[in-house]
Amino acid sequence: MLFGTIDPVTLVAALIVASVPILLAATGELVVEKAGVLNLGVEGMMITGAIGGFIIAVATGSPAMGFLGGAIAGALLSLIFAFLTQFLLTNQVATGLALTLFGLGLSSLLGQGYNGIKPPATHPLPFGPLADLPVLGPILFGHDLLVYLSVALVAGTAWVMGRTRLGLIIRAVGENHDAAHSLGYKVVRVRVLCILFGGAMAGLGGAYLSLVRVPQWTDGITAGAGWIALAIVVFASWRPWRVLLGAWLFGGISVLQLNLQAAGSAIPVEYLSMSPYLVTILVLVVMSSGRGRAAVNAPASLGQGFHASQ
Amino acid sequence: MLRLERRPNPSRFWLYATPPVAVVLTMIAGGLLFAAMGKDPVAVIRTIFWEPLFGDFAFYLRGQLLVKAGPLILIAIGLAMGFRAGIWNIGAEGQYIMGAICGAAVGLAVYPTESRLIFPVMVLAGALGGWAWAMIPAILRTRFNTNEILVSLMLVYVAETILAKAATGFLRNPDGMGFPGSRNFSSYPAAANAELFAGSGLHWGGVTAVFVALAAHVLLRHHVLGYQIRLAGQAPRAARFHGVDPTRLVIFCMGLSGALAGLAGLFEVAGPAGQISIDFNSGYGFTAIIVAFLGRLNPLGIVLAGLLMALTYVGGEMASTNMGLPAAAIQVFQGMLLFFLLGVDVLTNYRIRPVKGAR
Repeated sequence: MLFGTIDPVTLVAALIVASVPILLAATGELVVEKAGVLNLGVEGMMITGAIGGFIIAVATGSPAMGFLGGAIAGALLSLIFAFLTQFLLTNQVATGLALTLFGLGLSSLLGQGYNGIKPPATHPLPFGPLADLPVLGPILFGHDLLVYLSVALVAGTAWVMGRTRLGLIIRAVGENHDAAHSLGYKVVRVRVLCILFGGAMAGLGGAYLSLVRVPQWTDGITAGAGWIALAIVVFASWRPWRVLLGAWLFGGISVLQLNLQAAGSAIPVEYLSMSPYLVTILVLVVMSSGRGRAAVNAPASLGQGFHASQ
Repeated sequence: MLRLERRPNPSRFWLYATPPVAVVLTMIAGGLLFAAMGKDPVAVIRTIFWEPLFGDFAFYLRGQLLVKAGPLILIAIGLAMGFRAGIWNIGAEGQYIMGAICGAAVGLAVYPTESRLIFPVMVLAGALGGWAWAMIPAILRTRFNTNEILVSLMLVYVAETILAKAATGFLRNPDGMGFPGSRNFSSYPAAANAELFAGSGLHWGGVTAVFVALAAHVLLRHHVLGYQIRLAGQAPRAARFHGVDPTRLVIFCMGLSGALAGLAGLFEVAGPAGQISIDFNSGYGFTAIIVAFLGRLNPLGIVLAGLLMALTYVGGEMASTNMGLPAAAIQVFQGMLLFFLLGVDVLTNYRIRPVKGAR
């Protein structure tokens, strides 16, 4: 990045890349919460995906396998959450926290010996001359596959949740699990599958962090990105397209503060690096205070356990 | 096939049996993990759970147990009060840091004055620092209905940044030749949280933890506020009809847990840690969540749970120096413990019944 001045085109291109991990994780968590499950383990699933993807990518030399491995690692970890909350009926808040604590420890254990290794490079898609266009080139045509895939996944989620029978079933389970159960829908099965989807998405987001965004493995690489993803779901009031907006907003802030740090801004570095977290709090306050509009949109059975007592 | 059947009343047996069963299951699963890492599982488990108590270095390690258990118990008791009422303060780590910074700042501001009042004032400042940091999510929750889980957690990252600034900037030792880190309290007796008996490991933090546990026990059992906390957690609607003020409860529970976390931070920085440094915090605020559940959200149970969790820290360090077990393996072990605790707890409220024949 340039010293003294910040090039807006580079900034927008960078914010799109920076927003990918939280965008993926938040989209997954949105589906989970739409099904009435609050999984606070996003941070843990993300960081497990980050190290899982990193190990696979280094072992196979293929970033694509790495992304797949990250998604699988995240889904595997979410399986623990699914089993505990759906079959052993544990408290979702506590289990989610446990998942994060466990994931942070597990990733640090698995990551030993991977410090300082460079992962195989992920290349931008070859758009040919399109990538050389002024302004539009770097913003629209200069990214790797995952960037486009993440936006496509948002579109897919919006379509499934809003326009298909499957989406209707997921929402029914999340709004009123007793009613959905008496209609004959398998509440537990739907929820387990949604949790697995959320885990895979968080894992994929984590793998993007360690393989592209950073790109290397360090302990605690997610640095709260999973929690910010949870906040974005609230910010988006459970609507997929607003998740994209939220992710860009937060991606923009984190890129901007890094640029300002590099540009030697008059604002002390410490205040800049805490800004994404402060903005998250601010956004949460604004969203939750506005005559409770966000809360109205929240799935009615969110966070409640379901047990079919005959 | 197996089916869960709701018990008419929670089982008293499983209420008390859950923690030991979970610990045993964690030892088994942890043993498998250690074996998978190429370590002798029995030797590792023995090093963690036996050596610190009865091994060759027990005379020193028993003291270390109290050093680690003190902050865990203090923080966990505060958290447990909130968890009982359905108020989720998970930012204790941040409140711990802010308590340490505020308390240390008071002590360092009057350096090198010698007065008996300095340490008590520091303790007060530590509690206030943690309390104030917890008031942010509490007030946002009561005024704007903002989710306290996310806000309190975000504030941990903010507190860590402030800690880095304190260690390299406003609290840095002016005689430290530019190295990060504050003055060391061990060379400033008026402000130091020294051992009460040499070699015992017991400092004012441990004493406070025991006192707080007893006070919290009395509060929960015999005070109307404790009754309201239990009611709000078990039956929120009934609590509202009963005239329980949710705002007051949030402010009280968040404030209490923040103040206790702040106290823990102050005792740590003025005692075992000795100084404000960039990585002064060691995750007690998060581990205390496990301690709270291991103690079944019961103040007296938390005292035992804190000691047990301290054992995994001290024994884990031994296993890491003697047997090369990575520190992260202990973190995984502690995480597993919480999974098993939550999982086994299903037996408190449900019975497992075999379902005969195909449906």
